[in-house]
Amino acid sequence: MITEIKKVLVLGSGALKIGEAGEFDYSGSQALKALREEGVMTILINPNIATVQTSEKIAGKIYFLPVTPYFVEQVICKEKPDGVLLAFGGQTALNCGIELFKNGVLDKYNVRVLGTPVQAIMDTEDREFFVNKLAEIEVKTPTSIAVTNVSDALKAAEEIGFPLIIRAAYALGGQGSGFCSSDDELKALAQKAFTYTEQILVEESLKGWKEVEYEVVRDRHDNCITVCNMENFDPLGIHTGESIVVAPSQTLTNSEYHKLRELSIKIIRHIGVVGECNVQYALDPDSEDYRVIEVNARLSRSSALASKATGYPLAFIAAKLALGYGLHELKNSVTKTTTACFEPALDYIVCKIPRWDLDKFQGVSHHIGSSMKSVGEVMAIGRTFEESIQKGLRMIGQGMHGFVGNRDLTFDNLDKELAEPTDMRIFVIADAMEKGYTVEKIHKLTRIDNWFLHKLTNIVNLKNDLVKSRKPENVSGEKLLEAKVLGFSDFQLARYILNSQVEEIEKGLLKIRNYRKKLGILPFVKQIDTLAAEYPAQTNYLYLTYSGIEHDIDFGDKDKTSMIVLGSGAYRIGSSVEFDWCTVNALDTVKDEGYRSVMINFNPETVSTDYDICDRLYFDELSFERVMDIIDLEQPGGVIVSMGGQIPNNLAMRLHKQGVKIMGTSPESIDNAENRHKFSMMLDKIHVDQPKWKELTNIKDIHEFVGRIGYPVLVRPSYVLSGAAMNVVSNEEELDHFLELAANVSKQYPVVVSEFIEQAKEIEIDAIAQKGEIIAYAISEHVEFAGVHSGDATMIFPPQKIYFETVRRIKKISRQVAENLKITGPFNMQFLAKDNDIKVIECNLRASRSMPFVSKVLKTNLIEMATLVMLGKDIEKPNKSIFELDYVGVKAPQFSFSRLQKADPVLGVDMSSTGEVGCLGEDFYEGILKAMLSVGYSIPKKGILLSTGPARSKVELVNSARALVEKGYELYATRGTQRFLETNGIKAIPVAWPDEKVEPNALDLITTKKVDFVVNIPKDLSKTELDNDYTIRRSAVDYNIPLITNARLASAFILAFCKLDMKDIAIKSWDEY
Amino acid sequence: MGNTDNIRLIFEDGSEYSGRSFGFKRSVAGEVVFNTAMTGYPESLTDPSYKGQILVLTYPLIGNYGTPKYDIENQLLKYYESDKIHISGLIVSDYSFKFSHWNADGSLADWLKKSEVPGIYGIDTRALTKKLREKGTMLGKIVHAGNDVEWYDPNRDNLVAEVSIRRKETYGKGSNVVMLVDCGVKNNIIRYLLEKDTTVIRVPWDYEFAQDDYDGLFISNGPGDPKMCKATIAQLEKAIKGDKPIFGICLGNQLLSLASGADTYKLKYGHRSHNQPVIKVGTNRAYITSQNHGFAVNNDTLGDEWEPLFININDQTNEGMKHRTRPIFSTQFHPEASGGPTDTAFLFDEFIAMIKKQK
Repeated sequence: MITEIKKVLVLGSGALKIGEAGEFDYSGSQALKALREEGVMTILINPNIATVQTSEKIAGKIYFLPVTPYFVEQVICKEKPDGVLLAFGGQTALNCGIELFKNGVLDKYNVRVLGTPVQAIMDTEDREFFVNKLAEIEVKTPTSIAVTNVSDALKAAEEIGFPLIIRAAYALGGQGSGFCSSDDELKALAQKAFTYTEQILVEESLKGWKEVEYEVVRDRHDNCITVCNMENFDPLGIHTGESIVVAPSQTLTNSEYHKLRELSIKIIRHIGVVGECNVQYALDPDSEDYRVIEVNARLSRSSALASKATGYPLAFIAAKLALGYGLHELKNSVTKTTTACFEPALDYIVCKIPRWDLDKFQGVSHHIGSSMKSVGEVMAIGRTFEESIQKGLRMIGQGMHGFVGNRDLTFDNLDKELAEPTDMRIFVIADAMEKGYTVEKIHKLTRIDNWFLHKLTNIVNLKNDLVKSRKPENVSGEKLLEAKVLGFSDFQLARYILNSQVEEIEKGLLKIRNYRKKLGILPFVKQIDTLAAEYPAQTNYLYLTYSGIEHDIDFGDKDKTSMIVLGSGAYRIGSSVEFDWCTVNALDTVKDEGYRSVMINFNPETVSTDYDICDRLYFDELSFERVMDIIDLEQPGGVIVSMGGQIPNNLAMRLHKQGVKIMGTSPESIDNAENRHKFSMMLDKIHVDQPKWKELTNIKDIHEFVGRIGYPVLVRPSYVLSGAAMNVVSNEEELDHFLELAANVSKQYPVVVSEFIEQAKEIEIDAIAQKGEIIAYAISEHVEFAGVHSGDATMIFPPQKIYFETVRRIKKISRQVAENLKITGPFNMQFLAKDNDIKVIECNLRASRSMPFVSKVLKTNLIEMATLVMLGKDIEKPNKSIFELDYVGVKAPQFSFSRLQKADPVLGVDMSSTGEVGCLGEDFYEGILKAMLSVGYSIPKKGILLSTGPARSKVELVNSARALVEKGYELYATRGTQRFLETNGIKAIPVAWPDEKVEPNALDLITTKKVDFVVNIPKDLSKTELDNDYTIRRSAVDYNIPLITNARLASAFILAFCKLDMKDIAIKSWDEY
Repeated sequence: MGNTDNIRLIFEDGSEYSGRSFGFKRSVAGEVVFNTAMTGYPESLTDPSYKGQILVLTYPLIGNYGTPKYDIENQLLKYYESDKIHISGLIVSDYSFKFSHWNADGSLADWLKKSEVPGIYGIDTRALTKKLREKGTMLGKIVHAGNDVEWYDPNRDNLVAEVSIRRKETYGKGSNVVMLVDCGVKNNIIRYLLEKDTTVIRVPWDYEFAQDDYDGLFISNGPGDPKMCKATIAQLEKAIKGDKPIFGICLGNQLLSLASGADTYKLKYGHRSHNQPVIKVGTNRAYITSQNHGFAVNNDTLGDEWEPLFININDQTNEGMKHRTRPIFSTQFHPEASGGPTDTAFLFDEFIAMIKKQK
């Protein structure tokens, strides 16, 4: 170890976004733990307040500041660290580090880059350097020509020949990349790519080749290991983040496996990585020919997956290597006796499946390809491929029951669907098999290796067998076991054997469950031990499988009572790292209270699935069946369902009915809050108001109801055909259009219509109650008016602009609700406030998205408190009042629209942000400025384009427009906006709409980057916006120009940067507030 | 699914496991060992060091890429480690009845059947492995259709005599002549040597090579208890006193040790995997190696003129030794890999360099 390193700066990755998500919380947390273990003082910069790494337990000092060269320099100047780790915060940290290296900041402050040298990183990031570097050691890369303008791109295409792939250098997760097969396609792609990067690559297309990755580690003594290899189910052409991936590789011979392994080591040595790197290959399916596609000289999504797939903590080890250790000097974290200098041997197969949320966006294409659109992923572990993939498909959490057994999943044009994959690809394959497509035919259309397809056929064949049986007694124990070995769930079996319909499937699956239990067909618990049982494991990193005859752990051990905490599953829009923080804190508390802490979760990006976070980690499904399997074995003292978001919450009643003890608030109460009718009745009883609503089953009734309450209304269908699940409609035409296009209305699928209150403030309370009495709470307000989903809203805590009276009434209502529902544990309520008229719009008896934010701003861990009360501990009410804070926390959403081609970047009642940040400020303006800068906004330096929509928002923005002019900004405005500003005495240059061939034109301002900030407010609340406005918004996103589409937020941001300069922003760590 | 029927695996401690047959239908007995490699079943099955052993593969999905073609290159099967399957039986968890690979010629099941080797799938191979880890390598038998067979302990036989070549054979026409004592050599050792401008003279295990002209001596890997190879040890006792470079691998390491006066012993459950870490003694250089051995050299018994060359980082066992002054060295692991990592292939270069220096 390098002893002179006493203080180390770690850069985080900021808000979660597509291509850069929870995996970096895991990597960073591991690195910080590794440093702490060595007695090194750590400084973390990460504005993502919901992460586990931004906890006192993990990092020494935490700055909730943007990870940008400016702020990092300020922190370096203040903290004077000896070293910096750049490899643990994704591309964000890496790019920032490279910038600081290039501009001499690291040198100036004498900060040593630990681990892989910056030059090595730059060698892998710049495509030309990279290709040349590998050519030096005769390693093949795809024929590729780097160009810096469109005409050179066309010339390069002539030289290589179509089809081609275009890649942007220095881009996150394949942003700006794509395939093209003509000059026109190339031109369009290249133009766009040049908005992200100065250099693009025109490359030979290797579509259809196998895609294989290796995770490689090297220490300063030149010792190298490959920790894991992974094979993509989808061949090259689909981004690895969009692919189903298995580990280890399945279709590679020893010779292929080790040829690529040897190359990986050759590459890591030549580049000079110290730490971890990832090498991606294309492998010819008809020979041993290969190309190196990419090398990432940092921790990555794949390295997080590889760590979880093998039990080898790559980030932890990489951090130790950065401190100067040799691999052979470190211990295997699982066995604790053998060395870390080894390559894990797996005795199971893992399957990673991406989670998409494309339905949340308007206009986005469902095709998957060379750039990443998925928002999360799951990892399933099994001892057959079939078991692993069926588990995984259930884990995705979009109502699927496995590879087969999903209703209403038929596709019309199968050939096209197979050849041009969408997010439904795997189910298209199932449908094709169902309809008699042969493996060969599917292979021809998809280029997926026959081995995978044959395995999938096994599932379909067995299903066909089961369908014939008709009742459980006809299915032999052997057949039933075979089905379980192939990953069939009780639900699937009920559907096939009992032909259970939707209404009675619950009974059906219990019937199957009891039948198989009677036959002794039960899953077994196996350990992930890194050495395939060669040495005993000291950790309980577990999964369940039916390919087994014994458990690896002793359930007779009754030294402690198990307390199970259910995790949050795949990250998706609406549920991500915040619930990981909650579950990790719940586990800590459970452990501290003397219980055996047990976690069930399957998301490889999380800290909660790190095996050293709890006593027993079941990396398995959060389905009723699997949770019951585990409960049967653990015989726990109780189950905590309120920390992992909606997935565990939905299990509460079902587990309760099986006699499982649910900790905290009773499942009946949870149901009373979840069930719209019951909740409404309760509110009526305690005289609490809520927006008028009705559940309706036909179009006529809908019109009648709307006629009574008036537009706009919020429409929530229970069965969605396509597009958004809910919408606000402002007139009859929109209502009919929406119902026709998006929803199915019937007795079986009712629609909920509610009154939509405009210009109302939205206020939330996060609280902890004990036996119906609130003991701690945090009230926060949204910057945006109601109508923007609370997950997309900018949140202020403590609230700065609400009446005391409002606060008092919200507290009172919350107390009443807590009392009536006898809440013990966390809950969250959302309110509308207009002229002191308070209405309840939402109530969840579980931890909420904002729990980590308010906990960290308050410096009071509400989750720890909630867990204690759920465990039955009596807690003293903290005597801290929110109004005592002399600083302000601002939480801002992070959007990933730039990843989602064609998506309209507007905000609505359905959530579309992928992440968030939370920053602290002396006042609201400083807080919001930090937060906005943290999610990628910058203070404009050039011009600003305003297009401020309806009259109301035009008025809203008058003061801020005036402030901009006073500050010396040049304003451009579309016609109506310009006229409105003029009448208010504000000068703006009028510009034409994009579809007008008149100069100056709004679109040109964007494409030529004459403006560096765009405000475009949609005309109404419906999502069908005028083409011109859409073009402005979309172009701003495509050309990487900051865009705001909400008048209240735009106004707040503008006033913030008009009042404060960069130099006015305080560089203060969390503990300094 | 293929043609399957019930078949049992019985251990000497009385425990029984039932699975399904996918190989040849007959009963066999042998020593049960496990290998934790995730690839390379064609290589493992044809490795002569597995002679007399029933092999448990801990990786559960086996047969995925079928079995390779029978191409011949330099008189050797190009994709296999010897001419036939040497294991007595194969135990896996999940057999892939359908295989897929450009170089595949047939299925693993067909190959086992043709070679009259039984194969079982549907076994909890992890449970077996844990048992072998805890209780040590055990005798076992595969019993098909109730046709019981006698227990068989391969370590009591001279297995090397069974797998060694019968008559001298010469490969290549290079300028460095390597005398290769075949105790059950893997083809890849010969392939590596041939890449380096050598003529390889492959001779039977008990061949009296002292009479022949050669530049360097190579002692191969092989099955069973090294102490059974008395004839080879006797030859080596003389050879190690000479100046000619000697390189030994696996059993070769053990035989050289025994010839030098050191002792060998049986490991509890051996090293059979592709991920064994070794460190070069006195350095910080570690390597990941491929291994397949049940016996080991006792480091403490090495003579004064000898020193350990490599040590296993996990259990500190001997992984190689060298003579302090003469060009003699050996490794317990397999630098020729196949299957497994190729990190230590440079040792073949070092051997050839010694030969060149000595010539």
